[in-house]
Amino acid sequence: MLAAAGVAILVAMGLALFRTLLGPTVWDRILAVNSFGTKTVLLIAVIGAFEGRTDYLDVALLYALINFIGTVALMKYIETAARPSSAGDPG
Amino acid sequence: MELGALTSGILLGLGALLLLIGGVGINRFPHFYTRLHAAGVIDTLASALVLAGLAPVFGLTLGTFKLALVLVFLLFTSPTACHALARAAHLSGLREPPAPGEKPSSPS
Repeated sequence: MLAAAGVAILVAMGLALFRTLLGPTVWDRILAVNSFGTKTVLLIAVIGAFEGRTDYLDVALLYALINFIGTVALMKYIETAARPSSAGDPG
Repeated sequence: MELGALTSGILLGLGALLLLIGGVGINRFPHFYTRLHAAGVIDTLASALVLAGLAPVFGLTLGTFKLALVLVFLLFTSPTACHALARAAHLSGLREPPAPGEKPSSPS
């Protein structure tokens, strides 16, 4: 079942990559990249269980941390770049 | 040990199923806010199920503690990231298209 879960994670990663390439807005791309990162964490954990080593889980934890920080930083950057600075509150 | 393998298999199978459903949903839903919903399924329930399914593989060791750590961290940060993403998209002016038959609302 471990191998099946790994294959399912890989297929889902491919689908997220498809949305990343296709996404009409930049928000779709950020969403897909964030989802891709979460699946990467899962894949690292599954590989660690497959080899029976706990070292991989440290890498997975670190990857989750960096994925979150990267998503928030990218989001803040796009948000402030897309909004004109002194044009008032849009919408 | 047999019970542990059974539990692990069931949890991993459910997690894999939800991963595939979320992956299809990200590609098939019509616009951004609905795709956010599909990604939320993956980020919370599927990752929780997969990581919980890995716990019987490691047994009561340091590995399970690290798995719980990863799980708690993901359960805190993924909804936060989803919420912040929706908020940033809304603030930057992205609106969902009107439903069929509904009068398009004028921007205020």
